[in-house]
Amino acid sequence: MTPLAHYLLIAALLFAVGLAGALTRRNSILVLIGIELMLNAANLNFIAFWRYGPAPEALTGIMFVLFSIGIAAAEAAVGLALIISIYRHYKTTNLDQIDSMRG
Amino acid sequence: MTLPFAILAVLTIAGAAAALALRNLVHCVLALTISFVGLAGLYLQLGAQFIGFAQVLVYVGAVSILVVFAILLTRTADSPTQSLVSPFWITGAVIAAVVFGVLAWTIGSSPTAHPAIPDRPEVTVKQIGDALMSRFALPLEVIGLLLTAAMLGAVTIALRERQEPK
Repeated sequence: MTPLAHYLLIAALLFAVGLAGALTRRNSILVLIGIELMLNAANLNFIAFWRYGPAPEALTGIMFVLFSIGIAAAEAAVGLALIISIYRHYKTTNLDQIDSMRG
Repeated sequence: MTLPFAILAVLTIAGAAAALALRNLVHCVLALTISFVGLAGLYLQLGAQFIGFAQVLVYVGAVSILVVFAILLTRTADSPTQSLVSPFWITGAVIAAVVFGVLAWTIGSSPTAHPAIPDRPEVTVKQIGDALMSRFALPLEVIGLLLTAAMLGAVTIALRERQEPK
């Protein structure tokens, strides 16, 4: 059986990869993907701590992740709708070219 | 560390890294899907079957398709010689590396991260359903409301704007 620390390390690595992607890529869709990866890393932490925690019968970790997945789905839908709407204005999804606040 | 865990971990991390490093956006989404499948496998390894299947259903099934639609709707004729990353990419990479370093150091030194391994908990879908309908009924309703509002908002935002008469 794998110890808890390995799962935590994988989650930390996934978070760092997502953060690096969100901070460095220029395409806004890929920035959103990076944010999704960071959310997934948090979910993995929740499940790992639920599995190795003192009271797994209480199901708190599982419930938190279920709701977190739901919120992440809503976030993805709204985020992609915003990107499509911005694309109509600027004809680009490159974040460096979306730099004015005028409508 | 067991072999299945190693395979799933490599799949997850390599998929995520490829998703954020490749040039073609459709390839990025494929790599992202692989990463999500690896995560679902990790959930199954941890004994959370329901979460694993929810992950496959929501992320592999729905979110990836949504991202593909967004990519196809926002096709641009970008020149392939254009740089993929922003001019300040070194700062971002350093921040990410520092965050990982701090997290790894904390995990390595904290006694909380090294507990004794408990027995595999038996969690059935019936138990999860019971909990959702009794103790977690209010959060369930709230998240239903949130999803409805988010879907309506997404449709409203993405609707084509009406041409204003000049």
